[in-house]
Amino acid sequence: MATTSADSPMMVFLRKRSTRDTLLYYVFATLVGFVMIYPILWLFASSLKGPGEIWTNTSSLIPKNLAFNNYVEGWAGFGGITFATFFTNSFFYATLATVFSVAASVLVAYGFARVKFVGRGFWFTCMILTLMLPAQVQIIPQYIFFSKIGWVNSYLPLLIPRLGGQAFFIFMIMQFIRGIPRELDEAAEMDGCSKVGIFFRIILPLIQPAMITAAIFAFYWTWEDFLTPVIYLNNPKLYTVSLALRSFADPSSATNWGAIFAMSSLSLVPVFVIFIFFQRYLVQGIATTGLKG
Amino acid sequence: MDSSAPSAANPIPAAVQIAAPMSSVRKRRALLTNLTGYLFISPWLIAFLVFTVIPIIASLYLSFTNYDILSAPVFSGFANYERMFFKDPRYWKAVSSTLFYVFTAIPLRLIFALLVAMLLNNSYRMTPVFRAAFYAPSIIGGSIAVAVMWREIFGKAGLVNFILAMIGIPPTSWLGNPSTAIWTLILLAVWQFGSPMLIFLAGLKQIPTELYEASSIDGAGPISKFFLITLPLLSPVIFFNLVMQTISGFLVFTQAFIITGGSPLDTTLFYALYLYRRAFETFEMGYASAMAWALLLIVGIFTAISFKFSDTWVFYEHKEG
Repeated sequence: MATTSADSPMMVFLRKRSTRDTLLYYVFATLVGFVMIYPILWLFASSLKGPGEIWTNTSSLIPKNLAFNNYVEGWAGFGGITFATFFTNSFFYATLATVFSVAASVLVAYGFARVKFVGRGFWFTCMILTLMLPAQVQIIPQYIFFSKIGWVNSYLPLLIPRLGGQAFFIFMIMQFIRGIPRELDEAAEMDGCSKVGIFFRIILPLIQPAMITAAIFAFYWTWEDFLTPVIYLNNPKLYTVSLALRSFADPSSATNWGAIFAMSSLSLVPVFVIFIFFQRYLVQGIATTGLKG
Repeated sequence: MDSSAPSAANPIPAAVQIAAPMSSVRKRRALLTNLTGYLFISPWLIAFLVFTVIPIIASLYLSFTNYDILSAPVFSGFANYERMFFKDPRYWKAVSSTLFYVFTAIPLRLIFALLVAMLLNNSYRMTPVFRAAFYAPSIIGGSIAVAVMWREIFGKAGLVNFILAMIGIPPTSWLGNPSTAIWTLILLAVWQFGSPMLIFLAGLKQIPTELYEASSIDGAGPISKFFLITLPLLSPVIFFNLVMQTISGFLVFTQAFIITGGSPLDTTLFYALYLYRRAFETFEMGYASAMAWALLLIVGIFTAISFKFSDTWVFYEHKEG
């Protein structure tokens, strides 16, 4: 991803690589980078500051005394429900939703990319159009439907629609499948392999990078999802971390800011851990989908 | 569409093919292909019909009714639309604040994304680290944790006022002042320029080096290279980013819900937030459905206009090699 020949005017300017240019680039990029991540660092630093320090030593990124107690107090949660419950709920929701989304998207992507069935173009266009469809148009009838069949205050309305896959992932995986030489399919077909056989024996093993990218995004979007849980989950025992944080940090009642920042920081930890280990897949996923769109 | 598939993959040599049995084999193959195709797309197809098509039709119907979920919907003709367009000033407040947000936050975000992508389009050893730092805010941007953080950064006793006090500037109520509140949300959106930045970066890497070299020989400076080479060759990527980012801008919800709650004076009462309140706080499902359909039309018209005007400025290179 990084490297070689591509030249923008900026690059031509930098290419001379005089010490002065290199220094200029590093200083400038470091400054901008620091401004970008300063708020995040500030949140983590504040989560370790004592109650007297948060709003008096505000801008500092180094707490005078490390107040790990914020995490203990935050973890205790509210209304007798600890953050153990909220994190369990979020992991349950994010994991299942990710598995459902990715598994379904892979099947559908293969169908669209490699099987020439009647009506393929029409359904593909429909799928691409859903990428531009505001969710608001579906939310209200969906809510009415799910509430009539008694699914409000359960995870079913959040999870069942995921069994259909997600257009963004279907499209991304399709782009990836298109990059696999068709000769592989044809050779297998010559040997009497069916379309289903080709999917399991040839395509599935080859599209793992795209599946990992889709899984990361699916996990992120579910982990950070707020609109769907806030509509369907009213029982605090079912709250995801997002819903719990909203109640926990309610400006009309919140006082223990150390604890709030501690739980906010903790909610970002899974996101950053995945980011650090799988950054390559994320970058590639965004680049390919975006470019070929 | 399906006719080419069986013949291309037909393993029987041409000499052995006999007309009558062949056509039935072909038919069977075509049927099998169709069945296989629909089998593979069935998860999406079923979900599309059940969770998208039916709800869209249902919401169109509901938009012509009064419905509070508890009692049956009552048909009311165009009353919801009349109320929306002529009797509800808050609706227009929501429309104008959303438009203001979309047409300031999204261009600013894309300009930043492009500038930073050009800055990072090099092979310095530390560049991947910078790229990660610039992208980091985007991966957590939709979270409640960041929204809560932003609210406290711009709070009365928050980080921004604290830093301003150090250089002698008196504190301001950023979230309480109608002229500044929306800018805190715009700034939050601009801060998350990571995804378009990565897409621009991938696009920049595909621009052939020779073009820049040739223009250097012709004596072009960095600025004319930017306007004559970079911008035209990047225009398909810019267009893609512009359409997708603008659509997502129209739907902004969580940040306003947590950070400002629509206040002060409804200046940050974004469309999706107002719709949510009508649907799930006052349970005016019919009115909210009418709002949802108007939103669908707004987004649809915007997308159609962008595509219509795209051929005047989007430059598609002829495929080579």
